[in-house]
Amino acid sequence: MSEVTNNTAILKYTLRLADDSLILGHRLTEWTSHGPFLEEDIAMSNVALDYIGRARMYYGYAAELSGDGKTEDDFAFLRDEREFRNLLINELPRGDFAYSTVRQLFIDVFNSLYLPKLMQSNDETLAAIAAKGIKETRYHLRRSRDWTLRLGDGTAESHKRMQKAIDSLWGYTHELFELDELEQQLADQGVGVDSTALKAEWLATVESILSEATLTRPEDDWVVKGGRTGYHTENLGHLLTEMQFLHRSNPGCEW
Amino acid sequence: MTSAAWVERLHHRRQSVHQEIWDLLDEVKDPEIPVVSIWDLGILCDVTLESGQYLISITPTYSGCPAMDTIRADVSEALNKAGIQNVTVNMKLAPAWTTDSMSPLGRKQLLEYGIAPPENKVGGCALTPEQGIRCPRCGSEQTERISEFASTACKALFRCSNCLEPFDYFKQI
Repeated sequence: MSEVTNNTAILKYTLRLADDSLILGHRLTEWTSHGPFLEEDIAMSNVALDYIGRARMYYGYAAELSGDGKTEDDFAFLRDEREFRNLLINELPRGDFAYSTVRQLFIDVFNSLYLPKLMQSNDETLAAIAAKGIKETRYHLRRSRDWTLRLGDGTAESHKRMQKAIDSLWGYTHELFELDELEQQLADQGVGVDSTALKAEWLATVESILSEATLTRPEDDWVVKGGRTGYHTENLGHLLTEMQFLHRSNPGCEW
Repeated sequence: MTSAAWVERLHHRRQSVHQEIWDLLDEVKDPEIPVVSIWDLGILCDVTLESGQYLISITPTYSGCPAMDTIRADVSEALNKAGIQNVTVNMKLAPAWTTDSMSPLGRKQLLEYGIAPPENKVGGCALTPEQGIRCPRCGSEQTERISEFASTACKALFRCSNCLEPFDYFKQI
């Protein structure tokens, strides 16, 4: 059992969830005005908004838990790369439309399993954020599934790009189902979610969608992890540089 | 169309001892859909008085709804204009907002504004139906979904096969 008090443990856990949402949300905003066509441009931006909104709720709660006057902006804009605890899959560059679609599919299926469990949390705020998020995730999943089917079972080029994206992302999915001491402790207390228990259903759902889309599930022959301990890919630093620049250059600015 | 969530809200409002505050807040419209009030959309949850301070609870439709900051400011302004200065606007997350909290008037106003109101078309399924959503312009049910997301996250984009006009559909959640 760790020495941290429970409050600190919940704060750390909340920041992990917040970082996942913010970093993925930011990656999605990079599609704004670069979407393949107007409707998808708008859809990506709307999904981004849902994630950034979710991040704000988590950071707001983290600020409350920290009780030292920190605000949601301090967490989002004034922490450095090694202090972020997001899972690596969220920080990878947006790639082409196939790549972003596959990442969303993997994360949407994951969230469709994770959030209903978090709704059962005995921490009321986390449960409330999850209850809000799951409604949005159902729409997100429907969209990423539609596009996976359409592109996977589409032209030779779209199929090739989808399979390439799946192969490039697969090794980053294992981290979604890792549980360290902190998350194990919170799962045991009924606060956090035991994500290891979600893997079988995640695999079954993803495999069924991929198969329907004539795509192949890759072998589990490589694994990259480190997000939860602050060891990131080189991409996160670049992302933060852009995301935090305005706030750091103009401390306290509002618009 | 009346739903349990709406009836419960209406009942709660009628029980409240702060009728004049609720009535003043009927003037606050959604900034994205300026014909529908935050009461009729189900965003306005509660009015209470605690230690001389009016506490107004609102709930976001979607997590990232960019209108919330404006709504918060509009609530304060509406009450301030009526001479009520001691106002705190509080964001309430649970229970999560649902389209079932909308009033029948709100649905009618959406339709008149050109937005198809939420419909429970596919047997309780919470997702956007593929078909059967009534076109707010010509009333035809021969419509098709173009995109899961439209001008805002809470809407999907449809096109009418009869009058050929595109329109927004307020998604059921």
